[in-house]
Order: sequence, then structure tokens, then C-alpha cells
Amino acid sequence: MIIGRKAANFIRLCLSYIVLVALAVAAIYPALWILLASFRPGKSLYSKTLIPETFTLSHYKELFTSPVYMFGTWYANTLKIAVFSMLIGVVLTLLTSYALSRFRFKSRKTTMSTLLILGMFPGFMSMIAIYLLLKEFNLLDTHLALIIVYAAGAPLGGTLIAKGFLDTIPRSLDEAARIDGASNFGIFTRIILPLSRPMITYIALTLFVGPWVDFIFAKLILRTKENWTVAVGMWDMVNTMQNSNFTLFAAGAVLISVPIMILFGFLQRLLVDGLTAGASKG
Amino acid sequence: MQRHKTRAGILSAIFMGFGQIYNRQFIKGLMFIAVEAVAIIYFISNLARAFWGITTLGESPSRLEKVKGIAKMVPGDHSIVILIESLITLLFFVLFLIVWYMNIRDAYKIGAERENGRPSHTFTQSLRYILDYKFAQSFLLLPGLGILFFTIMPIIFMIMLAFTNYAAPNHIPPAKLVDWVGFETFRNLLVLKSWSHTFYGVLTWTIIWAVLSTVTTYFGGMLVALLINQKGIRFKGMWRMLLIIPYAIPQMISLLLMRNLFNGQFGPINQYLGFFGLDGLPWLTDPFWAKVTVIVVNMWVGIPVSMLLIMGVLTTIPRDMYEAAEVDGATNYQKFRIVTLPMILFSTAPTLIMQFAGNINNFNAIFLLTGGNPVNGNYQYAGSTDLLVTWLYKLTLDQNKNNMASAIGIILFIIVAGFSLYNYRRTKSFQEEDMIQ
Repeated sequence: MIIGRKAANFIRLCLSYIVLVALAVAAIYPALWILLASFRPGKSLYSKTLIPETFTLSHYKELFTSPVYMFGTWYANTLKIAVFSMLIGVVLTLLTSYALSRFRFKSRKTTMSTLLILGMFPGFMSMIAIYLLLKEFNLLDTHLALIIVYAAGAPLGGTLIAKGFLDTIPRSLDEAARIDGASNFGIFTRIILPLSRPMITYIALTLFVGPWVDFIFAKLILRTKENWTVAVGMWDMVNTMQNSNFTLFAAGAVLISVPIMILFGFLQRLLVDGLTAGASKG
Repeated sequence: MQRHKTRAGILSAIFMGFGQIYNRQFIKGLMFIAVEAVAIIYFISNLARAFWGITTLGESPSRLEKVKGIAKMVPGDHSIVILIESLITLLFFVLFLIVWYMNIRDAYKIGAERENGRPSHTFTQSLRYILDYKFAQSFLLLPGLGILFFTIMPIIFMIMLAFTNYAAPNHIPPAKLVDWVGFETFRNLLVLKSWSHTFYGVLTWTIIWAVLSTVTTYFGGMLVALLINQKGIRFKGMWRMLLIIPYAIPQMISLLLMRNLFNGQFGPINQYLGFFGLDGLPWLTDPFWAKVTVIVVNMWVGIPVSMLLIMGVLTTIPRDMYEAAEVDGATNYQKFRIVTLPMILFSTAPTLIMQFAGNINNFNAIFLLTGGNPVNGNYQYAGSTDLLVTWLYKLTLDQNKNNMASAIGIILFIIVAGFSLYNYRRTKSFQEEDMIQ
């Protein structure tokens, strides 16, 4: 039995679309469910139908007006922490990965192995120590403390990934620039940075998302309610109310997730369209 | 014959910066002098106490004392605070010794150059030299300091805790002091029946979990990335966007949400199964099904990350490699096996290892979804889905068995680090990293 090339291709595409649709449904369904729950009147988690019979915005309103939830403040706090720790963290990660990718020095491989190993230490085991350290410097209950800790930890998570990426940028580009008289710093800013935009985006995103997700450490450091991040606030909401106000939680969840998703929308082209593919040839 | 190098070296050893000034490098010399001055002031007031603190862990517990006939609580030494303060001071001291050594070496080297008739660098020349030849090291300095204080210091601290008796109910400061006990905690964990049974049980599940969750998300992500990247698939951007959605939702939210979806009694999943006339499954309450559930949910959370990463790699694969393969008449599968797969593996091997390690320590997935439950009656403070890492969380924050938790942490760390390092050193991107060019 010989199937024509065209027919085989057609079957392959059909199967691919079926799989993609199934995956997309699985990916969207929980998100859709929580979105619809946030518009559902009442407080209950359970509903007979996916789509509520009536829609209400009262849960969103309650988040911002209720004296119990300082959602607006938490939101601004998280945004501030996320932006600053992302900026500093990206710079630190790029510094280490550039140094490790392009320079050959004595303790280079040791440094790489050390980074790899340190990244594996169970994170919150060091929390008690960091807590006491921050207490020493009077940084408890400040956002600065979180920014410092998130940013300082960034190279551990991102360096090896970024280095792997930088390794794929042809060395011939550096050498050409060096012949043209560019300094190390010039090569870094003029050649490496523009070419590694997809990787920078990837690292920036992960570093930005980190503070939104993290609640254990933020919970430990941030003591007063007006200093909380959204994650701590939401955690508290679920924990103190035992899911009794699920629709409110759903509304908060939507508000946390939407900006990150929009960010993804804008940046995903950058994430995927690596600029390096044709750089060497051109 | 002038003896500049010895003289400069000795001068710098006596007081930082003197050798540099002797070498006529005034700005550098003054900078070193300032460093030493600050260091002396700091260490005079702290160093002796640091040595005392780290050896004794405090000497006087808090106690009741009669003051004018009224019993009053007098605060004693807080062993843990003392331990960490001493540790910070000693770290600073080590840093100082390194700077001191570098200062002597610098004075000696410049002195030697002067003996050979080369004048010492001016300050601007030194800066130039650093930017040209010590660029990598100076680039690494700042991140290095951050890592030293926020990663290495806490690790040393936790390692030390494992050798103390810092545990409830008898040794919790500030009421009571903590002492060094050597390897006792490790012995209890590995040999004492009540602890070791839990330890080996949880360890086994941790490893099964890490392997399954890494493999499922990695190959799941690769499959999805390849599916979307196929020639002829339309709306690539839309598919990508749809499939990234789980990643864009903060894990804390999505896992708490999944906990509700998989609720055995009222959760929608069991409701849907009911529509088809199927009995619902005890997703989160049966030990076996709870394990299945965490792996499935982890796929939902983890596949988009792998997908993004692998899509990024796919774009860096040079087109001409595929063109060459096509000229040789390769089928799609052959192109995948010979070009795509090796390139993906090459670029992502370190990430794959990190993901494996990350999954061994995947706190969120377990803690938020099942909290380690369902309860296992045979275990010490652990449930059926508890990983080592969530178990040690429970031991620290709920039970105050800090020394036991630290010991578990160290063992966990040794397993993960040893395995990963061994693997990482074997990957091509470590050994032959210059070959990809």
C-alpha cells in the first residue's frame, strides 16, 4: 500500500490539529473555569453549570473596596517588587553568563559547577538564615529585602540556561568586532545583548513571575498587611476562609493572572523568534 | 639589585596599602588603607565574640531571678542568633583575609616588575588592565557577593544546625540553649527505626516523582513544540498563546484551583465522570490516586515551560542543516532524529538536569496540591505524597525538629548535587562547549 505524499501529509496535519485542539482545551479549561467562577454570584465553589446563569462584577468590586482585603495595595507592592528584582536579576544573570560563556579563566569550570550545585539546595531551608540575616540589617518587613533576595538568587537559576544560549552565538562575531577595535564591554552591549533578546526575555519573564508566585518567603518577611504581596494576600484568603469565599478568590486569581498573560502576548514573538539563526551568515 | 618586591610585599602584609604606596600607586594604596581601617574597627568589636559564639553557642540560658523579691525572667543567650551573628562575622573575616592576600600579592608583583625596570601602572592603566584581562572576574564579583551572603551563608548555617540538638521540645531558644551534638541526628535518621522507615519511604517516592515529572513535562513540551512548529500548521501564534496559558497563571493559584477541580466529592472532574456513568475517583484522598494526580497536574503546569524553551532552541537550529538533510533525501523522522533531537538535547541538557533537581525539590506542586496528604499512619509527621522537601518543611515549621530537618536537607542536597554534577560534567555542553560553533 503506497499512500501518496500529499495524502500522508494531509493525515499528519489532521492528526496534529486534533491533538492540538485537545491540548488547547486541557490548557484553557481550568483557566476558563476560574474566570467564569469570578463572575458568578454567591460565594460557593460548586456550580451545576460551567457558564453561570447571571454575571456579576461584585467580587471584583469587593476586592478593592472591602476594608479586609487591601488588594490594590498588594497589587502595587507586587508590581514594584517584581519589576525591580527582575531588572537587577537580569543584569546579574547576564553578567555571569557572559563571563562564563566568553572568557576562559582558571576557576571557570569550578564556578559553573558551584552555580549548578548551589541551585539545588532546598530553597526555604536557607530561609531561616536569611530571615536572621535580614533582621541583622533591619530589613524585615521591607520590600527592599525581597528585592535583594530575589535578585541575588537570580544568577543561580538563570546563568546556566543563559550561558547555554550565549554559547550558540557564533564567536566569529566577537572576533570580528574585536578586530574592529571593540572593547569587552562594547562587545557585550553591541553584539551579545541585541542577539540574546529571546534569552533575556525568557529570563526576565521567569524573574518577573517569581515574585508573583512566591508566597512562603514573602510571607516570612512581610509582616504587616499593607506590605503584603498578592500571593501572600491570596494565600491568607484561602487559608483563613477555608475556601468559603471561592468566587472572591477566583476574582483575585484572574487579576493576578491577566497582566502576566498580556505580557506573554506581547513578548512571545521575541521569545520564540531567535535572532541568532541567520546572524553568522549575514 | 633593588629588593622592591620583598619590601613592598612585607609592607603590605604589615598594613594593607603600604606596599602600594611604596610602589607609588597612591590611589590604590589609599583604597586598601581605607579597607583595612574599616576592617580593624569592625573586627575589634566582633571577632572575639564570634569565636566564642561559634564554639559555645551561648552559655547562659534564660532564668528566673529574684529582683527585690519579685521573680523576673532574665533573658539568656539566644543560641541561634549567636550562631548566625558569628557566622556573618567569620564570613566577613574570610573575605578580609582574601583581600589582604590579594593586596600582598599585588604589591609583590608590582615590586617585581619595578625590579625589572618597568614603572608601576598609573591608576588609569590599572583600570584598563582589569577591563581588558580580568574582565570576567570583575564581572562575576557582584553576583558572587550576592550569592555568598544569600545562598552560601544560609547553607553553611543549615549544615551547622544538623550537628546541633536544635529541636522541640527541649532545645528551643530563647528559653533553652542549643548544643553541638555531632552526628547523633544523622544516626537517628538513618538507623533509628521510627525515623528511618519514614525516611526511606519518602525518599523512594521522591525519586519516583522526580523521574516521572521531569520525563513527562520535558517530552510533553517537546512534542507540543514540534507539533506547532510543523510545516503546514496554521495559526502558530494562536496555538502557542493558548498552550502558554497554564504557565501564565501563577502556580500558587493554579494548584489551589486544581485542588478544587480534583475534589473527590464535589469537584467538576468527578461530576463529568458521573455524566458518563462512571464512578468518580478518590483523586486526592487515596494514596495511589493522589500520586497520579500530582503527576498529571504537574504536567499541566510544567509542559508550557519546556515548550517555550524548546521552541526557543528550535529557532536557533540553522536552516541549512535541514536543507542538507533534505538533499540527502531524509524523511521527516530522520530529520528529527539526526538534526532536531541532538540539537535540542545539546542546548537543553543543563536545563533538563536542573529540572530534575528542581522536581526533587518541587515544593509548590506537592504542598499546594495535597499538602503531602493523604495521611500515612506509619510515617513520622509525613503523608503519602510528601517529598523529602515538604517533609522537612513540616518538621521545621510545624514540629520544630530543626536539626532533623537540616540533616534531611543535607542528605537531599548531597543526592541531588552529586547526581546532577556527575551528569552535567558528562554533557557535551560542559565538555566540548566550543564545538558547537
